[in-house]
Amino acid sequence: MTHIVQLKRMNKYFGKLHVLKDIDLAVEAGEVVVIIGASGSGKSTLIRCVNGLEEYESGHLEVDGHKLAPKGGNQESLAEIRKEVGMVFQQFNLFPHLSVKKNIMLAPMKVKSADKIVANATADRLLERVGISDQADKYPSQLSGGQQQRVAIARALAMEPRVMLFDEPTSALDPEMVGEVLDVIRELAKEGMTMMVVTHEMGFAREVADRVIYIHEGQIVEEGKPDDVFDNPQNERTQAFLSRVLAH
Amino acid sequence: MESQFQFDWQAAIDSIPFLAKGIPYTLMISFGGLVIGFLLGILFGLLSINKHWYLRWPATAYIEIFRGTPILVQVLFIFYGLPDLIGGPIDPLVAGIAAIALNSGAYISEVVRGGVQSIDRGQTEAGLSLGLSRTQSFWSIVWPQAFRRMIPPLGNQAIVSIKDTSLFSVIGVGELVRQGQVYIANTFTAFEVYFVVALMYLAITLSLSMVLRYMEKRGRASV
Repeated sequence: MTHIVQLKRMNKYFGKLHVLKDIDLAVEAGEVVVIIGASGSGKSTLIRCVNGLEEYESGHLEVDGHKLAPKGGNQESLAEIRKEVGMVFQQFNLFPHLSVKKNIMLAPMKVKSADKIVANATADRLLERVGISDQADKYPSQLSGGQQQRVAIARALAMEPRVMLFDEPTSALDPEMVGEVLDVIRELAKEGMTMMVVTHEMGFAREVADRVIYIHEGQIVEEGKPDDVFDNPQNERTQAFLSRVLAH
Repeated sequence: MESQFQFDWQAAIDSIPFLAKGIPYTLMISFGGLVIGFLLGILFGLLSINKHWYLRWPATAYIEIFRGTPILVQVLFIFYGLPDLIGGPIDPLVAGIAAIALNSGAYISEVVRGGVQSIDRGQTEAGLSLGLSRTQSFWSIVWPQAFRRMIPPLGNQAIVSIKDTSLFSVIGVGELVRQGQVYIANTFTAFEVYFVVALMYLAITLSLSMVLRYMEKRGRASV
């Protein structure tokens, strides 16, 4: 079995609101799964369940062999799962009180007890990789949105995750900065990183995805290869959604 | 009747050495009380936002009781009331420090609560998603940011508490006001003496204000 992320009949509620309905989803190692859908459809909630930022009520979740039980069940594997799953947020969530470099060094040093010199070298390497070596000693507030999001990606990569989750990584960016962030994500995809990406960038989704999933009101109503989903959607809800977002 | 009053500069100057003996007590009660109050504030402030009701409720009760009753009553209770319970006298200095600690602790709890709650949830989520435990996320990510926001209200509370120590003349601690009262009893120069006492409080609080401004400025540089 090469499935690195596996969700079976997963159900999640916010109070009485049924936000995820019987989600079945298996992601292979190296696969890039892009999740699309209207706001409020549950797509962000879905990926937030994968690293336990949201608890789910029933079903089955397994990440790289670690089972994470539903709410109230055994959560022992949570720490292991989070070590293997990196996440990039819409609002970057960089630590404003730490320099760019310290943002990247914090988790390896705290979680993996990495040596400071090693963590420092890793941070240098990652900053070079995302193209902002010259900003290492600045604070997040001194950077542009695009630069901040690239730091956030480097920060997640510093833990050497096996899976990366992207929760609308370009939605908070000015249009001219979207490209630089997508370039970094595209690069990661090429290198074979397993990724689950929630995005509104349809062009990017089509280009980078191995598989596209369309979620409507908490249900996966369509999935398939990007060309099939975008050019020939089977479900009428997918058709309606795509004609809305692709119209302009 | 026309007032014949004239400010007696010599009397004011003469009173300084005697009054100054009260400064160490005022500072000791303020400093000791505030340090303990800060620790109590962290403890009860964090407990008051704990998800378990059995931790939250006692913390809230403490905060409400010590914010909702006058500090003068609190210190009288500690100094005159508690000895009945514990069967022995309490040193007035200890009673004073305890009163400032418990009273400021209640206000500081609210400062801590507000500071911590003002930090965006996304900060904790970022920490957790990187593999940090809840405790690690709190102390290395949330707390340093919250503390920076807490500096102005903490400074405010420190100044309030320093002035509150003046009430402890009633239990006979030789702090500034008490020294003033004793001095006046012999010299009858109330105007001059209380004027000097007021200036001494002002010197203490203004120095503190300056330190706090500096700390705020330094904290802001990086955020």
